[in-house]
Amino acid sequence: MIGIDYFQMMQSLWPEIALVITAAAVLGFDQFCARGLPLESRWRGGVLIAGIGMLAAMTLVVLQKGAVEIQDGMLISNPVVRLLKLAILAMAFFCACLSLQNRESRHAGEYVILLLLATLGLLILVSSDHLLMIFIAMELASLSFYVLAGFQLENRSSAEAALKYFLFGGVSSAFLLFGLSLLYGLSGELLLHKMTMAWRANPQEPLLVLALVMVVIGLGFKIAAAPFHGWAPDVYQGAPIPTAAFVASASKVGGFLVLARVMWSGFSGLEGSAAWQAWAPGWVPLLAVLAVVSMVWGNLAALSQTSVRRLLAYSAIAHSGYMLLGLIAADPRGISALVYYVITYGLTTLGAFGVVAVAAPSGNDHWDAFAGLARRSPGLSFCMLVFILSLAGIPPLAGFFGKVYLFVGALNSQTSPHALLWLVAVALGTSVVSFYYYLQLLKQIYVTPPSENLPAICPQFSVQFVLGILAVFVFVLGLFPEVIMAKTEIFLMEAGW
Amino acid sequence: MLAWTIYLSFLGAAAVLLLPSQQERRAKVVALAMALATFVLGVIAAARFAPPRDGSPIVDIVRVPWVASLGIDYHLAADGISLVMVLLTGLAAVAGILFSWNIEERPREFFAFYLVLIGGVYGVFLSFDLFLFFVFYEIAIVPKYFLIAIWGSTRRTYGAMKLALYSFVGSAMVLLGILAAYGVAGGSSFNLLDLAQHAFTREFQQWVFPLVFVGFGILAGLWPFHTWAPTGHVAAPTAGSMLLAGVVMKLGAYGALRVAMPLFPMGVAAWQDFFAALGLIGILYGAMVALVQKDFKFVIGYSSVSHMGFVLLGLMTLNGVGLCGAVVQMFSHGVIAGLLFAVVGRMVYDRVHERDLDVLEGQGLARSIPFAAATFLVAGVASMGLPGFSGFVAELQILVGAWRSFPTFAVLAGAGIVLGAAYILRALQKAFYSDHAMGSSEPGPPLPAISLPERAAAILLMATSLVIGLYPKLLIDLILPALQSDLMRVLSRRSLL
Repeated sequence: MIGIDYFQMMQSLWPEIALVITAAAVLGFDQFCARGLPLESRWRGGVLIAGIGMLAAMTLVVLQKGAVEIQDGMLISNPVVRLLKLAILAMAFFCACLSLQNRESRHAGEYVILLLLATLGLLILVSSDHLLMIFIAMELASLSFYVLAGFQLENRSSAEAALKYFLFGGVSSAFLLFGLSLLYGLSGELLLHKMTMAWRANPQEPLLVLALVMVVIGLGFKIAAAPFHGWAPDVYQGAPIPTAAFVASASKVGGFLVLARVMWSGFSGLEGSAAWQAWAPGWVPLLAVLAVVSMVWGNLAALSQTSVRRLLAYSAIAHSGYMLLGLIAADPRGISALVYYVITYGLTTLGAFGVVAVAAPSGNDHWDAFAGLARRSPGLSFCMLVFILSLAGIPPLAGFFGKVYLFVGALNSQTSPHALLWLVAVALGTSVVSFYYYLQLLKQIYVTPPSENLPAICPQFSVQFVLGILAVFVFVLGLFPEVIMAKTEIFLMEAGW
Repeated sequence: MLAWTIYLSFLGAAAVLLLPSQQERRAKVVALAMALATFVLGVIAAARFAPPRDGSPIVDIVRVPWVASLGIDYHLAADGISLVMVLLTGLAAVAGILFSWNIEERPREFFAFYLVLIGGVYGVFLSFDLFLFFVFYEIAIVPKYFLIAIWGSTRRTYGAMKLALYSFVGSAMVLLGILAAYGVAGGSSFNLLDLAQHAFTREFQQWVFPLVFVGFGILAGLWPFHTWAPTGHVAAPTAGSMLLAGVVMKLGAYGALRVAMPLFPMGVAAWQDFFAALGLIGILYGAMVALVQKDFKFVIGYSSVSHMGFVLLGLMTLNGVGLCGAVVQMFSHGVIAGLLFAVVGRMVYDRVHERDLDVLEGQGLARSIPFAAATFLVAGVASMGLPGFSGFVAELQILVGAWRSFPTFAVLAGAGIVLGAAYILRALQKAFYSDHAMGSSEPGPPLPAISLPERAAAILLMATSLVIGLYPKLLIDLILPALQSDLMRVLSRRSLL
């Protein structure tokens, strides 16, 4: 065992340490200072502390420089990882702000702490190349999510969501763990980037196929790719809105990054090919199947939804399908496109959930709750317009550029140039289908008159702030995509991973 | 300077939205001012347009890198063809606002969507980077949906959704084609002029050209994908129909001429007869269906399909006369169709609240609103192609061009003109000059007089058609040199071989 440079490790872990300290501070505040205070103040206090902690963690992330690998990849810090960490922290911050709008529970402190712990898990998840670290971080995040999903004790659908999420998640973790242990057994390595050597020696190993399938199933659950998406609609609909928003955004960032790392680095050399009529076995065709099924099923199932949150869930499944295209390209540009897409998608979905939180706070998120929203709150509706059009992929919003970038990545993939045109065609075709349901939602908001004389909506300042910032992000990242993509692409091209 | 047509439109949209809600009436003044400003800019630019004598007729306006790593430029430029389209857009924008002076419901949103649409259209006509082109193309589609769905009439949500979905299918096809071409050409530039340098293989051109051409053709009302057009026109508010027929359908034709044809000349050659036949069917089919319509607005809706058939036929002639005729026809039809829709939608329907020709027959509208009857008479004879009006110049050139390429089609298209005279005269007679109403002595119910904005807009459009009809050199001098640019020359040279 090599000696560990604890000082160096501390340096690259500062943001995580800040989160742990914040969690302790929130716990202390809730336990000792806030006992007698009214519920509202407890929520405000908890969220305030958490927000400060997250901003501090973001600052610390920004201050980190260079590319560091501790213990050969146990912990990694490089520009791409830091970008993702920044995105996850920002999403967590926005979710914390959103939780002020719907104070779902009397347990303010616990909610905020779990949010912080989930964020911590995701941060470690994106910064490790080590199988055990990946698994532990993923479990930390997932266990926090299960509890967060069931936080509305008196609400049956919240309990249902939590139970389903837990059962599905537990099973998928088992699959993942089984797959990872096979990987370890076959290669004798825990570090992903070292496994390649073992595969090169023996690429025909049948157990390797089993390991691959297990890992893909396990991670397929986490990113809600069809046919492993069963939990998503119920969780998106039943869980408290900030939780659902967080699951839809930040956990997707983590899930996709791990999938990308395991595939690209762990199974390097076993890509195979998904080119039309030139299939070759490997992980690329496997993911191509997942992508097609997700795009088709997600978009078709979304057509018949009348609950806005279920609609967002099915659209999330479809978007997972699009994002898989970036991985299927199996080259730096594809991964860079994936990074861009997953970040902008997360921010957009977060915004959409934020609007749902304000417009349908009582848990009734049927279409009708959105009828005539434009006349009740023009600002809110405009934000929703931006988010939904971005999800639909209308320029100049971020979602459009993300899609084009993914498609360009898939078409110009170094491993199989122009061979993935069929996948891009499927993606474009299914995205046309998606316009229908996105427009239906916008039609409810802008065209249908409100069913009764409902009062104008005036959301809390924190929510206005969050939605405004997110809408600006969606605009700016769409107009100036190089803010994210240039650095990512250059770094990935130079450094591999 | 021309770039400001785009910026002013978007700025106008923002300004209209930001007006306080008490000053809703001021919205139309702001909108009109912005539209007028863009129109004046277009006129000045066209008057002063002087490309270098020995250089390319395409004059750059702005060219800066936008997303450098993908080879996307922010490249606005203009040649004679774009200028003609810019002029048309300005005219249609001003006239449309004047004809919607009576909008009472949510005027701020109406004019905001309207100006965004106009801005997108200007952008399309001035973009020489395919990515940028596509961005503007999509921006122009989305507001259409809202304009029709919110402010429309008969079956508005159906018509709006149909139009939106057809447009999105078309744009998905275009995007796929653009991405494929970009990938095959090396993936280093989206610039139209750069891509046109690349020699695509014959096999590639033969499948990409129909994809992109049909994608654009859907928006141009290409038979058999035209069915969105009549329903969309009928459902739209007056200004919506005017823009739809006046400029949005031109986006498709312009895209075909500017992008699909120059990039894939061998594809054009292979598919020339096929698409010419589709254009011809559009001419005859549109005219015959228009002949039997009961709804006044459907008559004009189908006449648009017929006239756009002339544009497509002109494009497929692949000789200078035919191509020039196609561009003049785009301009001419934009003006005339706008005028016809204004008479039907604004002058007649908003007063009588009736569009059924059989009911109108009893009302003798020529006596109660003589100005409307006179306007329809002028617009009608212009639409029939009476010498002295722009329609004549355009259709004559197209027929001459078609005669050189495919004489049979030219003869049949000539029959289309006769049918055109028939349906216009039928509508004119039924709606305004019906015998038995003229015979009866009792006057119809008094109708509100034609207002000043309506008169101004109608006179503006009629005068334009007349001026172009009497002195077509104004447009032709712009168009012909543009057809000689490196980009477009490849089209008309082919026919000489």
